[in-house]
Amino acid sequence: MELGLFLTFLVGLIGATLRVATPLIYATIGEVYTERVGILNLGIEGIMFLGAFVGFAVAFKANEAGLGGYLWIGLLGAMLAGVIMSLLMGFFTVTLGVNQHVSGLGITLLSIGLSLFGFRLVFGESSVLPSIDPFPQFSIFGELPVLGPIFRQYALTYIAFIILIPLATWILYRTSFGLKLRAVGENPEAADAAGVNVFVTRYLALVIGGALMAVGGAFLSLAQLGAFSPGIIAGRGWVCIALVIFAKWDPLRAMWGALLFGGVFALQLRLQTMGLKLPFEVFLALPYLVTIAALAIAGRNVAYPGAYLKAYRRE
Amino acid sequence: MGLKFERIPAPVWMGPLIPVIAIVVTFILTATLVVLVNANPLEAYYYFLIDPLSGRTSAIEVLVKSTPLLLTGAAVTFAFAGGYWNIGAEGQLYMGATAATAIGLQMHGLSPWIALPLMIIGGFIAGMLWALVPALMKVKLAIDEVVTTLLLNSVAIFVVSALLNGPWRDPISQWPQSPEIADSAIFPKLIPRSRLHLGFVLALVIIVILWFVLTRTAFGLRMRAVGMGSEAARFAGINVNRTMLISALISGGIAGLAGVSEVAGIHYHLIDAISPGYGYTGIIIATLGALNAWGVALAALFIGLIDTGSQTVSRALGVPAYLGDVIQATLLLVTLGMLLLQSYRIRLKGR
Repeated sequence: MELGLFLTFLVGLIGATLRVATPLIYATIGEVYTERVGILNLGIEGIMFLGAFVGFAVAFKANEAGLGGYLWIGLLGAMLAGVIMSLLMGFFTVTLGVNQHVSGLGITLLSIGLSLFGFRLVFGESSVLPSIDPFPQFSIFGELPVLGPIFRQYALTYIAFIILIPLATWILYRTSFGLKLRAVGENPEAADAAGVNVFVTRYLALVIGGALMAVGGAFLSLAQLGAFSPGIIAGRGWVCIALVIFAKWDPLRAMWGALLFGGVFALQLRLQTMGLKLPFEVFLALPYLVTIAALAIAGRNVAYPGAYLKAYRRE
Repeated sequence: MGLKFERIPAPVWMGPLIPVIAIVVTFILTATLVVLVNANPLEAYYYFLIDPLSGRTSAIEVLVKSTPLLLTGAAVTFAFAGGYWNIGAEGQLYMGATAATAIGLQMHGLSPWIALPLMIIGGFIAGMLWALVPALMKVKLAIDEVVTTLLLNSVAIFVVSALLNGPWRDPISQWPQSPEIADSAIFPKLIPRSRLHLGFVLALVIIVILWFVLTRTAFGLRMRAVGMGSEAARFAGINVNRTMLISALISGGIAGLAGVSEVAGIHYHLIDAISPGYGYTGIIIATLGALNAWGVALAALFIGLIDTGSQTVSRALGVPAYLGDVIQATLLLVTLGMLLLQSYRIRLKGR
């Protein structure tokens, strides 16, 4: 292949990788925070789904009402929905302390059910899929030659890489709140004895996590698609659960995991169009298989947070 | 203010009462959604719970809807009881359906006595194989099975859709679906002019086997010991990995049967929407049924009723049929919370 063509291909691939990785970064960091306090939130798939739906529905209605920043209003709506669902998750896993696997799946099923019900309620059964003008892509460096497509991104992508990842890392390792989170997740009894409120800390982590997961979902409907469809999340939440283990519960490593998945996903989209004689579903399945393989290599005997899956009760 | 948990076992009569209270609480909670669409909740619940049972056709339809749920519920129970979190019943179901189609397409001119056992065995094996990789990763590499089984669900659906858009594409149909399986591969009907088929009997047999294995065999005892805590089980000399592997594989096999039953009993060809999430519903059913075979059977019948009812409600009152999904998820969460009442007495406690 000619060098110029290859460069165009590569630059396009990197740009797409960043876009595909964005929702995964939000949701994976959200899950890192919840798992750091000892709670596996399998509600992630549903909360992303709900975020995608509520974000879209609110933005659609705000746009109809003629509000200017309708996309940001939608995003706020999505975060609120994510927070509400995480509080519900907290009620079951923190307050009642029941099985986290089943609670999380329950939250996912409930969120998906409510979203689909809500979609019918708000938009009826019209044959035309409602849509809005999505977030624009722009470059913070202006229009660059050759490298342009890498930096032509959504605001949410910039926020994820420049603000969220450093901030999440800093909070987790360099603040007293982060220390509390880690302490509660490693040894709640000791944290409690040291005066940390285990219940409040766990709820806070869940709320932060839920808001981030919802943003991840809303990114898909508000930026990438400008629409909502039932297949919008398609197992991305489960991918994030895998990435958390791959990342060993570290926000920065979560970014690398998300980029790996994003890279394979972006690559398969391009391979599909290159006319290879393989069914396109093989390519669609590829990122999931790579995630499983990455887990098999990097996820062996990893050290889970000490209180992972464990309810805390003061008896 | 907080909750105080006292570890006091509930009186025996609480056991059967819990699902009943859970159902009532669920219906009260979801009534708000019915009101949102300007429908009368009581009327909606009539269509959900009473109407399907009041006619012969719709009552049989409840059993039809329950058939895959009995199987996925049993599949999930088999894994969960053994402490293996198989969330992959959905994918295993798809693989069972794929194997059943592959075999069913080749059975032209053969006797059903050959075709049906082959499909059932083939579907069971396919489900097992799909469960094998996560199970091996769990016991050999200690990699969380929740994640791997979930990811493989997505992959299984891609496999089916690749087959339907590729080699199995039925040229006559405008939808991606396989050609019809051979007549001899179709499950016979249990009641003439209804959709109730052999799969229902198969499901009941599996439920009985589930009951027998869980409560009447040494393996079931070992399995439940592992389910209650792998450390203690290991200490008691149980081969935890082997026990877990077997319960994971059998769970996958049973989920595969749900796929066989849907292909051979309902659709007669493979479609990519062969399951609207029966694998996940299996988790609801296993929880509602408290991982007990008879409980699972009742729960599957009840969810089958809700599934049938949600169609009726949608037609009669214009309430989106997704209300059924919301009710099921709510019921799962409410039941989960209420199961606490079995082992704890909960008190509100002021500071």
